[in-house]
Amino acid sequence: MLSVCRHSLLMQGKFTFLAAILFSVSMASAQEAKTEKEMKPYTEKILNTDVTFDMVPIPGGEFLMGSPDSEKNREDDEGPQVKVKIEPFWMGKHEVTWNEYDIWSFNLDIQRRKLMRGKYDEKEKAADAVTRPTKPYTDMTFDMGHDGYPAICMTQLAAKTYCKWLSEKTGHYYRLPTEAEWEYACRAGTKTAYSFGDNAANLDDYAWHYANCNDTYQKVGQKKPNPWGLYDIHGNVSEWVLDQYIPDAYKKWSGKGTLNFPVNVPTTLYPRVARGGSWDDEPESLRSANRIASSSDWKIQDPQIPQSIWYHTDAIMVGFRVVRPLKVPTAEERKKYGLDPVIPADEGR
Amino acid sequence: MTQSNNQSTSRRDFLKVTTATAVGTGILSTLGSTAHVHASGDDTIKVGLVGCGGRGTGAASQALSTKGNVKLEAMADAFKDRMDSSLNNLQKQFSGRPERVDVAEDKMFVGFDAYQKLLDSGVDVVILATPPGFRPIHFEAAVNKGVHIFMEKPVASDVTGVKKVLEAAKKAKEKNLAVGVGLQRHHQAPYIETIQRLKDGAIGDITSMRCYWNSGGVWEPRLAREDAKSEMEYQMRNWYYYNWLCGDHINEQHIHNIDVCNWLKDDFPVKAYGMGGRQVRTDKKYGEIYDHFAVEFVYADDTRMYSQCRHIRNCWNSVTEHAQGTKGSCDISGAKYETTGGYKWKYRGKKANPYQVEHDDLFAAIYNGTPYNEAEYGAKSTMTSILGRLATYSGKPVTWDEAMASEVSLMPKEFSWEGTPVTVPDENGFYPIPTPGVSNVL
Repeated sequence: MLSVCRHSLLMQGKFTFLAAILFSVSMASAQEAKTEKEMKPYTEKILNTDVTFDMVPIPGGEFLMGSPDSEKNREDDEGPQVKVKIEPFWMGKHEVTWNEYDIWSFNLDIQRRKLMRGKYDEKEKAADAVTRPTKPYTDMTFDMGHDGYPAICMTQLAAKTYCKWLSEKTGHYYRLPTEAEWEYACRAGTKTAYSFGDNAANLDDYAWHYANCNDTYQKVGQKKPNPWGLYDIHGNVSEWVLDQYIPDAYKKWSGKGTLNFPVNVPTTLYPRVARGGSWDDEPESLRSANRIASSSDWKIQDPQIPQSIWYHTDAIMVGFRVVRPLKVPTAEERKKYGLDPVIPADEGR
Repeated sequence: MTQSNNQSTSRRDFLKVTTATAVGTGILSTLGSTAHVHASGDDTIKVGLVGCGGRGTGAASQALSTKGNVKLEAMADAFKDRMDSSLNNLQKQFSGRPERVDVAEDKMFVGFDAYQKLLDSGVDVVILATPPGFRPIHFEAAVNKGVHIFMEKPVASDVTGVKKVLEAAKKAKEKNLAVGVGLQRHHQAPYIETIQRLKDGAIGDITSMRCYWNSGGVWEPRLAREDAKSEMEYQMRNWYYYNWLCGDHINEQHIHNIDVCNWLKDDFPVKAYGMGGRQVRTDKKYGEIYDHFAVEFVYADDTRMYSQCRHIRNCWNSVTEHAQGTKGSCDISGAKYETTGGYKWKYRGKKANPYQVEHDDLFAAIYNGTPYNEAEYGAKSTMTSILGRLATYSGKPVTWDEAMASEVSLMPKEFSWEGTPVTVPDENGFYPIPTPGVSNVL
């Protein structure tokens, strides 16, 4: 790790060399934690770019998933509450931004590596071997802003494939959270409708939503974080999780004791789950327990057939956040829980 | 469905869902009495698809999703594999209504003359969705045959093509043929209302307009040089990168935005100044097109339209149109304006999929026998894009009249796999690139 960081910093020229080494040493130890105790926040640098992103540790534990009957604006699909056990993981402090996402989707690392004569090592080779999306027909920011803004409009498959690429690129295993992990991290030990309490009137301090966003997403990290240091977990953009959307999932789970790593592995393209609500939503959709189901309407303006497997042309309110479990899953576990992206065989046409 | 609430949590989605049902109700009510306007004996409209790529397949699907009794009966493409996968995709799409996709093997035509065979096979409506270079030929043939037409934008790649389309458009009117053009913003409620308000003087007199198609570019070339059996096949498979087929990206994509400005002006520019080039997409596999244009169009009353289009990754991207008026400014694509007096307006009405609405509108006209002809403005907006390209390639101002007088054709003399396109690569595989200050374009 040390040599990788040094190399990429050197490549960009006049950085303070000593500081760079010290920084990368401390980064490396936080990143290589073996036990929950050793888990610290860290900054990951994406090789052959200037881009970094921050990860914060989420402790393992148990929680009640879903909302109680008494919660205002609660929907049927949020109950009954079920007890879930969560293993420790790191989670992105922020939603994945365009700065990060476009490296993968537009091959910016490859372009830069060639221009700057960057190192082409095993990690780079493995990352290059991961599928990248076709180019979007139109501008997927919809002119709402690029640098520092959350990436949007990707399909769940694209978000998963990005994670795979990021894993190869960094040597750390990244994936989307499960729906249970997402809610656990969002709640951060709280039992209220939002991670800051029950009062939606306080939402403006923590979240971008329909009434305060001026019809657009906003740069990440401008509002207060939740108790575990996650920014924009409510609002800004809804976030993809791994699960198929099953309205009565919790009913099926209830009575089975404490659930260990519950996930509804997708079997159909729609609906799948996004969480957290967005800039385009009312406050009740930003509640910790609220579940959002994808639908074919999210691609309604894609004028082609077959429609793109990478873009949701109408999901300008959906993005994602990455997690990194402390314990890296085995190939069998990845398969069992549907953690890997599966590109349809007829992709590319 | 219990999850319907969740599937439409956002305001936008909710609006969309409410409008989907509103579309086309007016069409059904008129079906009974007017179904005689098309050729077939019963009330079934037989559709033929010429050009079976992703967009053509999409257009067919939208045609088949209109309210009337519509079925796809014939297909044509230069490449059999494209047609087969298109048919397969449509069959999947309409697995619930298989009678809508009923293409017999002897109604599947392959090759350069496939379009004529399809027209001769007896369809009522033809969808023209090949690369734009072929459109004038196909449109003219369809008009001669007397069928109704939906044709994708742009409607040509060069001036001679535009002229052919304008001629055929006149004939289509005389024959009372319905002609739809895939400039779908004209069928998009937020655009329609915004443009109307601007024409009604919402921001005073329009003093200038800006429009952009700045994006990361389109698909990568599909066929490698070593896999091509001929130069013709190589260019046809990678059609976006060759001017006779595509007209460059100012024509193929940016026409949408340019057309919106023309729509607002109710006019077409008389002159253009442009600059542009190939800055990033320089590899020989990217054929001969530019990756950026900046064009200033001048209308007869001296109003300007400032247009940009760019295919370069990781830059400021925008696909929008804007207008400046004496009393305010408008983001047309965002369907909102603000006056100097501080009044703000934003479209809050219904939205629907414009690709579907344009077909609903066309087929309603066909059933009703109402005059419907978008070919002329489609051709003139195509011409506007081409004018921008000519000004950019030459580096000199080019007037509409000068351009329209040009007899330069980009089309090959012979349409066959052995035929030679007008531009061919040198021994290293590089194409001659138009150079401002050097190239003569007229």
